Amino acid sequence: MAVLLEVKDLHAVYGLTRVINGVSFALEDGAITALLGANGAGKTTTLRALCAMVKTRGSISLAGQRIDAKSTEDIVRMGVAHVPDGRGTFVNLTTEENLRLGAYTRRDRTGVAADLERIYDYFPRLKERRRQQAGTLSGGEQQMLAISRALMLRPRLLLLDEPSFGLAPLVVLEIFRIMRRINETDRVSILLVEQNAALALDLADTAYLLETGAVVLSGTADEIRRNDGVRQAYLGC
Amino acid sequence: MDAFSQQVFAGIATGSIYASVALALVMIYQTTHHVNFAQGEMAMFSTFIAWTMIQAGLPYWWAFAATVAISFVLGAAIELLIMRRLKNSPVLAWVVVSIGLLVVFHSLAGWIFDYNIKSFPSPFPSVAGFGVTYLSAHDLGAIGVTFVMLALLFVFFRFTPLGLAMRACAQNPVSSRLVGIRVGWILALGWGLAGALGAIGGMMVAPVVYLDPHMMSGVLIYAFAAALLGGIDSPLGAVLGGFIVGVLENLIGTYAIGTELKLSVALVLIVAVLTVRPSGLLGKVHVVRV
Amino acid sequence: MASDYESVAAVILPAGSSVAAKAPSSLRSRAALAALLIAACALPFVLQNYHIFQATMVLVYAVALLGLNLLTGYNGQISLGHGAFYAIGAYAAAILMDRFGVPYWLSVPAAGACCLAVGFLFGLPALKLEGLYLALATFALGMALPQLLKYKHLEAWTGGVGGLVLTKPEAPFALPLDPDQWLYLFVLAVTVLMFVVARNLLHGSVGRAMIAIRDQAMAAETMGINNALCKSLTFGVSAMYTGVAGALGAIVVQFVAPESFTIFLSITLLVGVVVGGLASIPGALYGAVFIQFIPNIAEKISKAAPWAIYGVILIALMFVMPTGVAGAIRAVRARFA
Repeated sequence: MAVLLEVKDLHAVYGLTRVINGVSFALEDGAITALLGANGAGKTTTLRALCAMVKTRGSISLAGQRIDAKSTEDIVRMGVAHVPDGRGTFVNLTTEENLRLGAYTRRDRTGVAADLERIYDYFPRLKERRRQQAGTLSGGEQQMLAISRALMLRPRLLLLDEPSFGLAPLVVLEIFRIMRRINETDRVSILLVEQNAALALDLADTAYLLETGAVVLSGTADEIRRNDGVRQAYLGC
Repeated sequence: MDAFSQQVFAGIATGSIYASVALALVMIYQTTHHVNFAQGEMAMFSTFIAWTMIQAGLPYWWAFAATVAISFVLGAAIELLIMRRLKNSPVLAWVVVSIGLLVVFHSLAGWIFDYNIKSFPSPFPSVAGFGVTYLSAHDLGAIGVTFVMLALLFVFFRFTPLGLAMRACAQNPVSSRLVGIRVGWILALGWGLAGALGAIGGMMVAPVVYLDPHMMSGVLIYAFAAALLGGIDSPLGAVLGGFIVGVLENLIGTYAIGTELKLSVALVLIVAVLTVRPSGLLGKVHVVRV
Repeated sequence: MASDYESVAAVILPAGSSVAAKAPSSLRSRAALAALLIAACALPFVLQNYHIFQATMVLVYAVALLGLNLLTGYNGQISLGHGAFYAIGAYAAAILMDRFGVPYWLSVPAAGACCLAVGFLFGLPALKLEGLYLALATFALGMALPQLLKYKHLEAWTGGVGGLVLTKPEAPFALPLDPDQWLYLFVLAVTVLMFVVARNLLHGSVGRAMIAIRDQAMAAETMGINNALCKSLTFGVSAMYTGVAGALGAIVVQFVAPESFTIFLSITLLVGVVVGGLASIPGALYGAVFIQFIPNIAEKISKAAPWAIYGVILIALMFVMPTGVAGAIRAVRARFA
């Protein structure tokens, strides 16, 4: 399988704090990859770095093209959709307006309309609340909205930051089920950042473990799951 | 046509001016969640530019169009050169810079164009027609212009992707970038539009109150009151608020406390709206789930 | 307690702005203050009459700026209409002196009390207004007041457009002082008193409450601070200070008229606070010097210039020196400490 995203020796700083310290990894096209680690390990920063939201050093390539010097807006136009932690909902706009914004950079109106209908198929709750102010949706609904907004881009790569955060277990399962479906049906590659390692390893094909800004372990999801250190520290078994 | 209705109509006429400036304020607020205290002075400055062109012999509507274009560019330039650098500053910094712009435009106008009162032509015929006698042609024209601007803005914000993008930017610039919106250009667009709207308002009010550097200071307060009353994030509210403020001002001025305390009326109105219903009549009450 | 505010404030405020009023702890700074005070007392015997007048006005503005700074710098409430409180204080004193024959030294505290009440009352509805909206409301206040002062039904009191003329007080107890010299010393005494009161206020629990509200209002409320009461009180005290300054100013200038108290006065006060430095007591003095002397210099260049210069300075300061002169001095001191 082809490599979609390749990150080599990435460094990122917030002010004076070095948050990412020489991280390297690669994502296969069409695969689901998990980025695991505790709080403060640098997972969210890695996603932000991919979208040029923090200052970085090092090389990031999307489908062979260097993107580390590009702006966020340009990276988005290359097919990278980022669902940030906290969801980043446009709370004062309606559900449907949020979704339309996801397709802002697209020119094909019929394609956008078709995608909107598909999203409503995946998430009937969103269709019910399409004219409702997005800020009044529940946490789970906002997460669905955030993911849907990203999908409206018809992205090649979906970056998900802590999708399970603050959600009830049943809601989380539903969301993860839909993500698997999206990956299989629409061939969207997914990079998933999660503190909930068990859930992430269930969904992912490959995983990387980050600790204080560096990759300490990598392999298939199965390998990672069976690793003793991981089991003790992150899986509680 | 009895005196009361006359006052009401006169109020609607002045209200259309407040509505135009209020629209400009709402525009900036929609884009940046900030209020531009210099809006009035910028509008006044634009009107002086129009006056200069008309004095030089340019036909009215050419001067009008050119002024609107120049004001657009001026507004966008201020965003690009000055306001952009305040992205991460506290509210106070914005307010201070905005006041600074107010002062600069006011002084520049006085310095370049001097403080003598000048007359400014109206593009509308001297008789209203339609058998209307209680409103001058200019009043009707100004009201018409306001409604046209409002309609265009409404369509723009509600139905165009760019308008949606502008609303998105105002609320959440980070998420906006993540959907690919070029936030910098959007901000410049917002300021440019506000500059253009203000210029139109200035050119509509100048024939009535005569042109001098102090022309817009009172109007600005009324425009604030109008924008707040209607809802600071609602263009329709701004227009509605403008007309209500215009009528109220006239009625209270004529029947209650006399015309000299009009600004106090505006002040009371502002404080009342902000205290009782800060989102105004048509603004959305924003619910935030904590 | 203080360190919690500091760490929170460090995140929110631009670097360098003062978190809490710092006590001059060292012997050196106390000595410096004493020397300053002695120099200030000696001034009227060294300067010519017009310069004494200017020095007196610097003191007056310093008190006014201290008032605005209490509200905006320490409590985070933006006021674009403090000129209105200056005007109310000035007119209160003038009316008491002119219409009721109250002696000047009594009219000053009376004007202060009046402004305290007005400020507190304005502060009550203003409670709900955050940042920008409060700025708007106070801007409207600053613009509306001159109209009120010119209102014909109040003319019997205010003197309408022409205003009121006051007489300059003589030195009491037949002291061998010029009226100008006496006035300067009187104003100096009031100024020192106001500064001392402010310093004690800011160092006490009230001051910490004010700063807590500025930095993290919700947290302050949960810590037991009555935000509403504190904010309204701060408004009242701030108005009182500026009102006292207005009263003093009226006595010094011997004249009150609506045209002296336009929105541009409010803007001048804002310039003073920004130049001098927010949340800084000495900043009030630096700012006062600025707004007293720069217009004179600028006016020699061009008639329209003073305001253009103010405007450009306001804008430039927000980029170059947002913490004002006081902040710059603090930064320099820290470098060489």
